[in-house]
Amino acid sequence: MKALFFLLPVGIVVLLLLLFWKGLYLNPAQVPSPLIGKPVPDFNLPGVGGTSASLKSADFEGHVSILNVWATWCIPCREEQPELVKLAQQHVVTLYGLNYKDDADSALQWLQTQGNPYERDGYDPKGQVGLNFGVYGVPETFVVDSHGIIRHKYIGPLTASLVNGQLIPLVHELEQGSK
Amino acid sequence: MIPELGQLALVLALCLTLAQIILGLVGAQRGDVSWMAAVRPAAVGQFIFTGLAFLLLVSCLLRSDFSVLYVAQNSNTELPWIYKVAAAWGAHEGSLLLWATILALWTVVVALFSRNLPLQFISRVLGVMGIISVGFLLFMLTTSDPFSRLLPPAQQGADLNPILQDPAMAGHPPMLYMGYVGLSVAFAFAVAALIGGKMDSTWARWARPWTIVAWLFLTLGITLGSWWSYYELGWGGWWFWDPVENASFMPWLVATALIHSLNVTEKRGMFKSWTALLAISAFSLSLLGTFLVRSGVLISVHAFATDPRRGVFVLALIAVVVGGAMTLYAWRAPKLVSEDGFTTLSRETFLLLNNLFLVVAAAAILLGTLYPLILDALNLGKISVGPPYFNSIFMPLMLPLLILVGIGPYLFWKHDTLKRLLGQFKITVWIVAAVSIVILVVLWERAGVTAVLGVIIAGWLLVSTIMGVVLRWRRRQKVSRGTWGMTLAHLGVGVLALGIAVSSSLGIEEDITLAPGQSTVVHGYRFAFDGTRNVQGPNYQAIEADIRITHNGQPVTVLHPQKRVYDGANSSATEADLDPGLFRDLYVAMGDPLGNGAWSMRLQYKPLIRFLWLGGLLMVFGGILAVSDRRRHAGVSVPKFADERQVVAKG
Repeated sequence: MKALFFLLPVGIVVLLLLLFWKGLYLNPAQVPSPLIGKPVPDFNLPGVGGTSASLKSADFEGHVSILNVWATWCIPCREEQPELVKLAQQHVVTLYGLNYKDDADSALQWLQTQGNPYERDGYDPKGQVGLNFGVYGVPETFVVDSHGIIRHKYIGPLTASLVNGQLIPLVHELEQGSK
Repeated sequence: MIPELGQLALVLALCLTLAQIILGLVGAQRGDVSWMAAVRPAAVGQFIFTGLAFLLLVSCLLRSDFSVLYVAQNSNTELPWIYKVAAAWGAHEGSLLLWATILALWTVVVALFSRNLPLQFISRVLGVMGIISVGFLLFMLTTSDPFSRLLPPAQQGADLNPILQDPAMAGHPPMLYMGYVGLSVAFAFAVAALIGGKMDSTWARWARPWTIVAWLFLTLGITLGSWWSYYELGWGGWWFWDPVENASFMPWLVATALIHSLNVTEKRGMFKSWTALLAISAFSLSLLGTFLVRSGVLISVHAFATDPRRGVFVLALIAVVVGGAMTLYAWRAPKLVSEDGFTTLSRETFLLLNNLFLVVAAAAILLGTLYPLILDALNLGKISVGPPYFNSIFMPLMLPLLILVGIGPYLFWKHDTLKRLLGQFKITVWIVAAVSIVILVVLWERAGVTAVLGVIIAGWLLVSTIMGVVLRWRRRQKVSRGTWGMTLAHLGVGVLALGIAVSSSLGIEEDITLAPGQSTVVHGYRFAFDGTRNVQGPNYQAIEADIRITHNGQPVTVLHPQKRVYDGANSSATEADLDPGLFRDLYVAMGDPLGNGAWSMRLQYKPLIRFLWLGGLLMVFGGILAVSDRRRHAGVSVPKFADERQVVAKG
């Protein structure tokens, strides 16, 4: 009986370890966004400049699209940039960018040197549109269906496995659904 | 080249630490003196190479070597040099390196300052500390290398988070880590004693000064952190029950309990298994805090850089270190027996109650901190536990504890009588009663019941602690430095409690819109807004307001709160300004511009807020005084409760 009492601490530690183990595979980044299931907010932004075209709410109608929120000051964006360029080359989905709280010169330079994956790229230096999208960190990526309804949101940089394993299947699913 | 040298230094440190573990634990088990004699040099070598790695990282930061990923992510060329250094612990990899360096520092200090302890015992202690070191070194070398390269190098680095660019914040993590990691010494002592199987009171005497030093760093770190959040986070709060704060507070509560129970084990040979459990738990909670902060399971703001392998690694480390120690405890502790007994009214009882309250408080905070995770893990939804839970559970636990703290030091060990005890409190009770009546009259209208109760209980603690010294002085009794230390620390608790009760109940806070030329009055102080201007800082631009404060027409001060925009990070920070005073602070923080030069502002009058940090500092000084007591130094033998016998004889 007394020995059981002294085993109690080990028991508690084991329980906590199991809890933390489980906790590691929960994703705190998967915050249920209140905007999921809602249409994209109303906006109309000029392009970053140069070759990139302007972006407005109506551009999300009629096809599945992906909106990537990025900035030149964001280091993880540098990580995900090659993935975005690869995704653009596959031509499976319309890829839009939202240049968030950035300045046009460095953004343009970035697009010229790192490659421009975006069909259209809205320039949002004050972050007002980002705010309406509920962006609270960069990078973030939204999947929008052909009716302009936000269906999914990823927080943090995209990786090859995320793009091929989740993003592209989701895009195909949404395209099937709209037919 | 330098980053590669850093990696090499870490590998060498790892090899030496492995030697330290094997020589220490195996050598002690085999009783091989030549093996054990080599443990100390191995520990010194480990420290040299870990420290070297840390210095090399600092040098990469100072030279803005953006070919190192960590430097590019956490520092830029425009940062003042002091924050380049502080960036060494601004993010995951660097803070691990700081952890390992501080652990190595503690190890080497223990190795050098414990020459009077039995070689077998100290070999085991260093072996156990080595196991922890290996965990952190492997962590860096496998998943979190501070020296990994970024190719091609970045042109310019990202900025250090602006709210971290502050002297108190730069100094706060090293203090906190000194405390966290210092608890590993008590842990290692307890585990070494459990391995050896001889748990007499000696290990408690050896472990106590180390525990007090770790505790005082922890106290200092938490005090600095709270002071920082008060003036930097922009709205004048000083404690938020945020998971990161809780992660440092839980080990503090348990370490405080440990200091008190070590006292019983040392002087009376009792509570042995309980003390060992506390020593293991205090450090386990430090590791838990590291896990919570570093793995990203709780906070979503830092979720970007989360790599699940990191969490798994810390978890494995906790499983080995904590799981191993607790298993050892379950095996060895049942054989420990108390050397003596005690009656209900005795110092032992009060110290036991102290432990009970502190440990229950720590457990309640642990539950509140982990509750969101538990619910999420069981698919019961996402929730957050906030200050209401913590306040409602913490206050009722602390108030009775404060009453007990006022009585405990008066009691004899083993057995005391109510009659004698009451005799000691004759004067104290009258003073406290008189003060309480005044407080009731003054505060009743303005403050709630809890606040009035808080002030009275804090007053009780202060008066009875001071009277304790007065009574000793009148009896011409010699007061040891240890007793002085305890007295100061208890006074600190009273001052802290007074500060919390008064500032939270009588503080005034007004959110108001002011246009240039307008003014408003808060608690007799007129705050006049004269306008704003632009200020260029070293790495930020700011809008600065001039707030002229007068009291009864007399000028008090001019405050200059700022709204800053940092160049590198593209983020803004509110820089509050305040007029500090021992008895009150005046505090102004800028909100948002509202057009036509008008701003929303938060103006505050905060009585006795300084007592919070004053109380913390008093506790720290108490700790320093207690450690400086020569009787505590390892190897100096103290006859069992000699000074207390004296008390009995003279009292």
